[in-house]
Order: sequence, then C-alpha cells, then structure tokens
Amino acid sequence: MSGRGQISTVKSGGVSIEIERRGSGRPLLLLCGEEQLELEAGFIDELAKNFEVILPSPAGFGHSDRPDWVSNVDDLSYMMLDVMDALSLKDVTIVGFSLGGWIAAEMASKNTSNISRLVLVDAYGVKVGGPFDRDIMDIWTSHPSAVAAAKWADAEKGKRDFSQMNDDQLTIVARNMESFARFCWDPYMHNPKLRQRLHRVNVPTLLIWGDKDAITSPAYGEAYAKLIPGAKFSLVPGAGHYPHIEKPDAFLSVLKPFIA
Amino acid sequence: MYAWHFTEMPYPNLPPLESLSTMRVSLANKHFDPKIGADLYNRYLDEYMIADDLGLNLLCNEHHQTATCIDVAAPLTAAILARQTSKGRICILGNPIANRGDPIRIAEEMAMIDCISRGRLDVGFVRGVPYEIFAANSNPTQTVERLWEGIDLVTKAWGAVDEPFNFEGKFTHRRAINLWPRPYQTPHPGIWMTGSSDLENIKKAAARGYVFATFLQPHTKVKWMFDGYRSAYQDTGLPGGGGTAYMPLVFTAETEEEAEKGARELTWYLNAKTEPQYRNPPGYVPVDFNVNALKGTFTGRTDAMRAKSMEFLKEEGVMVYGTPDSVAKQIKRLYDLVGGFDHLLMMQQAGWLDHKRTVSSMSLFAKEVYPQIRDLARTKPLNTKVAAE
Repeated sequence: MSGRGQISTVKSGGVSIEIERRGSGRPLLLLCGEEQLELEAGFIDELAKNFEVILPSPAGFGHSDRPDWVSNVDDLSYMMLDVMDALSLKDVTIVGFSLGGWIAAEMASKNTSNISRLVLVDAYGVKVGGPFDRDIMDIWTSHPSAVAAAKWADAEKGKRDFSQMNDDQLTIVARNMESFARFCWDPYMHNPKLRQRLHRVNVPTLLIWGDKDAITSPAYGEAYAKLIPGAKFSLVPGAGHYPHIEKPDAFLSVLKPFIA
Repeated sequence: MYAWHFTEMPYPNLPPLESLSTMRVSLANKHFDPKIGADLYNRYLDEYMIADDLGLNLLCNEHHQTATCIDVAAPLTAAILARQTSKGRICILGNPIANRGDPIRIAEEMAMIDCISRGRLDVGFVRGVPYEIFAANSNPTQTVERLWEGIDLVTKAWGAVDEPFNFEGKFTHRRAINLWPRPYQTPHPGIWMTGSSDLENIKKAAARGYVFATFLQPHTKVKWMFDGYRSAYQDTGLPGGGGTAYMPLVFTAETEEEAEKGARELTWYLNAKTEPQYRNPPGYVPVDFNVNALKGTFTGRTDAMRAKSMEFLKEEGVMVYGTPDSVAKQIKRLYDLVGGFDHLLMMQQAGWLDHKRTVSSMSLFAKEVYPQIRDLARTKPLNTKVAAE
C-alpha cells in the first residue's frame, strides 16, 4: 500500500485483508490490477474528490495473507464480498482493473445486493473462443520484452526501477507476481464457469478498454461485454492494457459520467 | 562408493546455436529429425548396456520439450534396461511426480519395472526444474506440495498389501487403490530425491531414509547440503539416511590432452540456451529469492556456471576429467571435501560427444578408476528395509 490513505485490515474467514481508504463520499471499491500500479497513479486522487475510494489487497497481494487453501479467483471474489460486509458497504460502485476486473465480475455474478454499478477495465475472466484460440496472450511463455510491448502502447511507461525500492516494496512486487500465477495459471486467466454466470449481473455495467491492448484485445473486451445484460463498451484511444495509467484524462472522461 | 553412468540423451544436431533463442520449451520441433532421433535413442541405450557390462549402475531421467534431453519418459528407458541388462541397478532420477497428473500410474509403472528387473530399481521423485513447469502446465506455486502429496500416496500404495484404500488429497482423488503388481523389493524400492537449495526438503528426505542427490554444484555448497542431510538423520534418531549422491561431468582418457578435449564437449550441457521467461516461473522459488532476483543478486545455477572456465569447474568439483589416476585423485579429493558420499553419478555423455569416445571414457573409468574408489567408506549401505522404517 502506498500509505497515502488510511490503512487498516479486515478479516474474511480468519484471513487478514489489507485495506486503504482515500477521500470521502459514496463508496467506490477500487480493485487494483495484479501489479497494483494503481496505488501510485494520479487518477485515484480525482476519484477521491467525490468518493470514498476503498482499495483492498486481495489475499496474497500487498500485505494481505494467503493461506494455502486460497487457490483461485472464485475464492478471492468471495473474500471481497466478505470485505464489503465487514465494512457494511451499501450502494457500492466497483471499478476493477485487469485481475481486479475479473474479481469484480465474479463478485457481481454472485451477489449484487450492495452493488450499484460495475466497471471492468481490460479485465480477464472469461473464455470466449474455442480450445485452440488464444483469447488472452500467454504472458508466462512470452519474452518479457514482448509482454511489455503488448501491455503498453508505449512500453517505456511500463519500466519500473526496482533499485529505488526498499525490501518491503520488493517483497510486495514478488508476492504479487507469485500470487497472480497461483490464481491465474490454470485455467489460464479465466474461470470456465463465469461465462454462464454473467447473466446474473443485474446492475449497470461499463467495460472500458485500451484500444492498443494486446494482452486482452478490444475484440475480447467486446465479447466479454456481450455476456453481461445491457453492458456498455468503450475504448480509450492510444492506450494498452492500463488505459487509466497511460491515458488517465481520456479514461476519466469515459468513467466519470457513468459513475456520477 | 557406487558409480553410475548417465546421459540426458541430448539431441545436439541443431542449427548454429547463435541462431536460436532457446533450446528448451519453445524450440520448434521441425528441428527434430526422427531418423537422427532413432539413431540417438538406440545409441544411448547401447551405451547403457555397455555400462552395465562394465559393472556400472544405470541412471536415467526425463525432461520435456527440450533438445537437451529427448528422454521424455524415464520409465520407458528404465523398462527397456530392466529387460536388456542384467547386473547394474537402475535408477530413475526422477519421476516428475509434481508434474505428472497421476501418482498411482507412477506407482504401477515402478512396481512393474521393479518386477521385470528382479528388484534392481531405485525410484527417484523430483519436483522438476523450472522449464518443466511450462510443458507440464503445473502451477509453479504448488510444486513442493504436489511432490510430497504424490510421494505419500505412492509409498502408501506400494505398502498397502491387505486391502484397497481410498485417497482424497488436495491434488489427487482415487478410489479402491490396489496395485497389481506390487514392487519386487519389500516393502518398496529405495527412494531418491534431489535438491539444490531447499534445506528443509533435504532434511525431510533424510528423515525418511531417502537418498539425497545433487548435481553440478560447487563443493562448498554440496558439503552444506550433505551436512544438512546427515545432521537431519542423526538429529531425528532414525536409522535412516539412504545416502548421498553427487553428479559432476566426468571424462576419463589416456592423456590429459584427450581428457580436456572430451570434457570440453561435455560443457555443451552447461551452455544450453533458454529464454529468460522459462528460467524462473513465478512462485517456483520462495519470495525472498525473487526479491534478490529483482535486486539482481540471484541468477540460478547454470547461469552462474556458464561464465566459468573449465579449470574453475574442475577445482569446484563440477567437472572431473583427466587420466584414470588423475580422475581417481579428483574424486577422492571431492569425497574428502564434502564429508563423503555414497553415489558418484557421472554425466559421461553430453552434446556432440560421440559413441566411440563415450565408450572409451566409461571403459577406462570402469577398469582403472572404479577399483581405486569403490571401497571409499559409504555413510550408509543400501538397505531398503532399514531405509523405509
């Protein structure tokens, strides 16, 4: 966690989940991507002007526990519903990025009684093609430079200077990479059941996608949107897998009217 | 001391290595010519049979999707050797039980090979090197858990002689488990494990009486691991301690000059190229190792070895080469440096090293070196009954 907001922990079935809160207003549950780059990104300050932005680290990310029994995104999403209950959150807007988008979609497929709106940004989670179709780039068999080129419209933006990080920050980077693999290795980046459950999502939903995303392509995003009743789909030009970081203004101009 | 012949069954007939980005996982199999492959398989099996005639024991392993090792099913090699050889022990080091889906199938295969060989089988279990994660598509964060659950199930299945049992573990669910055949050796063949850093796993292997083997490591690190192993079986008060095994690259020749030439060919193995994403899949090593990797201070074994000279590798005990007397002397030195060991596992063939020179090296070893080291005191004799208690 960046320490910009208030840090606390809540329990989900005995597992400690770390939470950061910034700003005040209606609750906005912001589910970070697997790298948690959002915690350092400027767009959250903009959201914190009108919302209380709640940033939980899923089990195994940040400083949150990861007991051995937690093995997939289904588990993570139940734990996030626990977090909402523990904080007595009502009328919540959920915005999820990448892996966080997948967790958000799983949550909404299970229980929307305290969710008012759902936003998925370049999310993983479903299989839309056949067994031989590569729906999502295989980031674990690809050369790191190819992954960077696919993830960013401008790969320079993805470079991180690990030499400037302390051991706690490096431990979080390493844990996040490990936990991402633990939950998303197989089936790769999707829950085979989710596709058939998305019809249950009965709140206004917006999918926002970077038009240059080559990890999860815009075509994948459009197919994902079609699985959620009434969902809208919107592209951010000139951005890759993280449009909120590469093109924050364009991203906010799409997001803000939807969550206002 | 027991000496073992080993080859990874390499497929060296590749385009110039400079033109390839990797020899593992994703090297297109258009580069594999089945006719050359047929010759190589038969040649390597011939060499195992010659090793058996020479009085050496026979060690095989498996890897997947790699030109460094076209033995993709060690149980097949072991089964052929069980039938075609008659004297040497046969060790699979090992069965990648964390990557193979079905431990019971492994238990069956091992029992059958043990029967065909009339009890000459030793059974290794390994969690698999990082590259193997991709070919097997096993979750890299769970390999240690899978390894031990698989071993527990196999050893229980081998020993359950009175009635079938059910198993509902984390990774495997089976009903009415009842092995036909059961192993020739009672209660089961000796078990071997490998390691290169995880002392906790090494101690666990020691406490259960499994042989512990490690490969191509500097002698100070080998001693650190063997000391850990020895302390664990002494600390537990168990009679166990199946023994320790070490693998260097070995080449024996009539002259130092020839030996150096042969040894240089063996370094093909150390120079095998691999793309970076295959070397350390997330979660394969603990988080603190990866913190060091992010700082640039953890690179892994083969990367560190690659840059070193042959003289350095000889000094470290990673390579052993020379005339028969020189090879015997180097092994005795290594033996003293690491506190003794029970099994010398010799990679005597790698890369382009041809049949004639491979056989010449192993013959000289068997006739002129082995007699000089055979009687080095073993820390523990092979005794599967005691080891299994």
